[in-house]
Amino acid sequence: MTAITEIPDAPRAARRPQIGNPVLRWLRTNLFSSIPNGIITVVLLALLAKGIFSFVQWGMANAVWLTPPNDSSACRAVRGVGACWAIIPEKYRFILFGTYPFDEQWRPALSVGLFIVLYYLSTRRALWRRELVYLWIGALALISVLMWGGVLGLSFVSQDRWGGLPVTLILATFGLAFGFPLGILVALGRRSKLPAIRSLSVLYVELIRGVPLVSLLFMASVMFPLFMPAGFNIDKLLRAQIAIILFAGAYLAEVIRGGLQAVPRGQYEAADALGLSYWRKHRLIVLPQAIRHVIPPLVNTFIAFFKDTSLVLIIGIFDLLTTAKTAIIDPAWQQFSVEVYVFVAAIYFVFCFAMSRYSRSLEARSGR
Amino acid sequence: MTADHPRPPPRRRLFALGRNELEGLFWQVLVVGIAVAVIVFLWSNTVTNLSARRITTGFAFLGREAGMPIADSLLAYNPRDTYFWAFVVGIANTLRVAVIGIVLATILGTLIGISRLSANWLLSRLAAVYVETLRDIPLLLQLLFWYVLMQALPAARAAWRPVEGVFLSNRGLILPAIPFGPPQLAVLGAAVLGCAVSYVIRRWLVAQQMRDGRPRPAWPFALGLIVVMPVAVSLALGVSWSIEWPQLRGFNFVGGLTLAPEYFALLIALVTYTSAFIAEIVRSGIQSVPRGQWDAANALGLRRSFMLRQIILPQALRVIVPPMTSQYLNLTKNSSLAVAIGYQDVVSIANTTLNQTGQAIEAIALIMAVFLTISLSISFFMNWYNARIALVER
Repeated sequence: MTAITEIPDAPRAARRPQIGNPVLRWLRTNLFSSIPNGIITVVLLALLAKGIFSFVQWGMANAVWLTPPNDSSACRAVRGVGACWAIIPEKYRFILFGTYPFDEQWRPALSVGLFIVLYYLSTRRALWRRELVYLWIGALALISVLMWGGVLGLSFVSQDRWGGLPVTLILATFGLAFGFPLGILVALGRRSKLPAIRSLSVLYVELIRGVPLVSLLFMASVMFPLFMPAGFNIDKLLRAQIAIILFAGAYLAEVIRGGLQAVPRGQYEAADALGLSYWRKHRLIVLPQAIRHVIPPLVNTFIAFFKDTSLVLIIGIFDLLTTAKTAIIDPAWQQFSVEVYVFVAAIYFVFCFAMSRYSRSLEARSGR
Repeated sequence: MTADHPRPPPRRRLFALGRNELEGLFWQVLVVGIAVAVIVFLWSNTVTNLSARRITTGFAFLGREAGMPIADSLLAYNPRDTYFWAFVVGIANTLRVAVIGIVLATILGTLIGISRLSANWLLSRLAAVYVETLRDIPLLLQLLFWYVLMQALPAARAAWRPVEGVFLSNRGLILPAIPFGPPQLAVLGAAVLGCAVSYVIRRWLVAQQMRDGRPRPAWPFALGLIVVMPVAVSLALGVSWSIEWPQLRGFNFVGGLTLAPEYFALLIALVTYTSAFIAEIVRSGIQSVPRGQWDAANALGLRRSFMLRQIILPQALRVIVPPMTSQYLNLTKNSSLAVAIGYQDVVSIANTTLNQTGQAIEAIALIMAVFLTISLSISFFMNWYNARIALVER
């Protein structure tokens, strides 16, 4: 039980005389404050050194960084002792953009850039105005034009050739853009005084949250054709997108409901006293406050979502993870899947880490 | 002047309902109408489509022969068994990974959460890096990664032996085991019974102490019931506890307990991923206990273990338990990712059934029923536990 020593021991540590070399003092208080702590430090340092050493050996010293195109012999020579990073320059176009026509891949690349600009602008507090909604609509329309083409001299590319990072970002962003309004409606429905609307909302939220996303995706890919009139069918990507929107709606509804509960009763009563209608009351008074309350958990839900889009692998949609998995089917490079997974994990990590940092800064600001 | 002002005539009411009630009724009828219309539309399409494909709806297919192989199962199964039994085997596989995963993730997550609060700078930084890394990478990616590592392990003959009797190879993890039969189960049952009885005795003793203030030790009863009684049962029945050591025969292992690579990869992925979330919950739970509680306990001169057990933990648990419930639910639902690496859990078996028989609605309905049952049971148990540890205010 020596591990939890910070809280009760803090005053005692503060009483210690503050003399001597500051570096040694730092080491003493933070790494060697007691004998068990010293032992933990030494053991951890040894393990860390061993881990870093073997990673450097594998990932840097013995690694192969570049090979001639389509030639994995250099990599196979170091198999087991060194990493084959050469697979990344060999396959990165496929991993990032899937089977999108090679010469047109600047279009998905530009779309990814647009997505990132859109995310960045959405985090700026100064821009949290109505114009942001128009900006989203405009940006998403522009991205659709870029990806599909068929106008403005761009050649048409059908969705079954889309792949990689843009598909992941599309699934996540459109899922959010449509799931968010849906979530607001359902959250309001769940707090409504009208029993029929309330029970429908509860049923929807609990059913969706009760089952895994995998089964919803199966439903979208297998059962959707059964639900529709004969001869009517829509694209697989769109079906998965619908499943993700429905999934997002249920989870976001619960977060937003939490925000609605945090709005003081007086605000509702004041809005009623002003004679505002139900919708104007919520649009002008309640929702702005409710959503502001729950921005940190909303960002956490976005992170969970962004990661969950990778589940479309199971129904065979070419998102970033699926293109990575497909890239290593190539027999010449089959043995180097770990390197590819590390590369893709790094991409996911950058997006999620940025979001979680942002969420933490928001929490710190609201906690002040 | 106001006194003789004529009062406005009462507003005419339709069906004696006010304007608000009418509006409410209108919205409800509208929404329910749309929902019913959508359901009827989908249902009629489905019925037409199914009859066009000559698929009869209903659960009669559960009685037919499944014909699908299940490689790794807890219960006895062969492909000639019915679909019903295949589903039961799938549910057992889901529960096997979920229950063990929940226990291990709780232990690992608690350790890491405590490490994050450690006074040791290195330990707390390493724990933070662990949490941050695992939380920001999709679980499915981690699962594929672990599975690739499993497959890259040496073959059975060159298996790694971290400890004598434990083998790690591309056949999975092989551990020494104690063969379990009815006599061993009887001893285990005696131990469980002992736990239950000593819990009741302890409650009674505490109630006595509440009345007259005299402490009464509960440990002699616990020792007798939980240790001595099962040992006595074991000796009386002459139960053998010999350990079965796995041995390499030809290309595979004989004896011992085998964790197949799919199961092992799924378990590692679920446990490490969920433990990162649990660590954060435990950390915030411990941090939520006000500093004054630690100081007060120290000032009373309480022993450290007593202080943690009686003062800190009960208060931290109130913050920890509700979010922990949703992590347990997440772990259970995430176990359905098994389908990506070919571990046959209930979702994977439902998917195969669906492909073989075309009974899409029934298969999805079964998945929903299973997960809703599991979710509701976990919520029910955790709500009961939460109510037990909740703050009792006067």
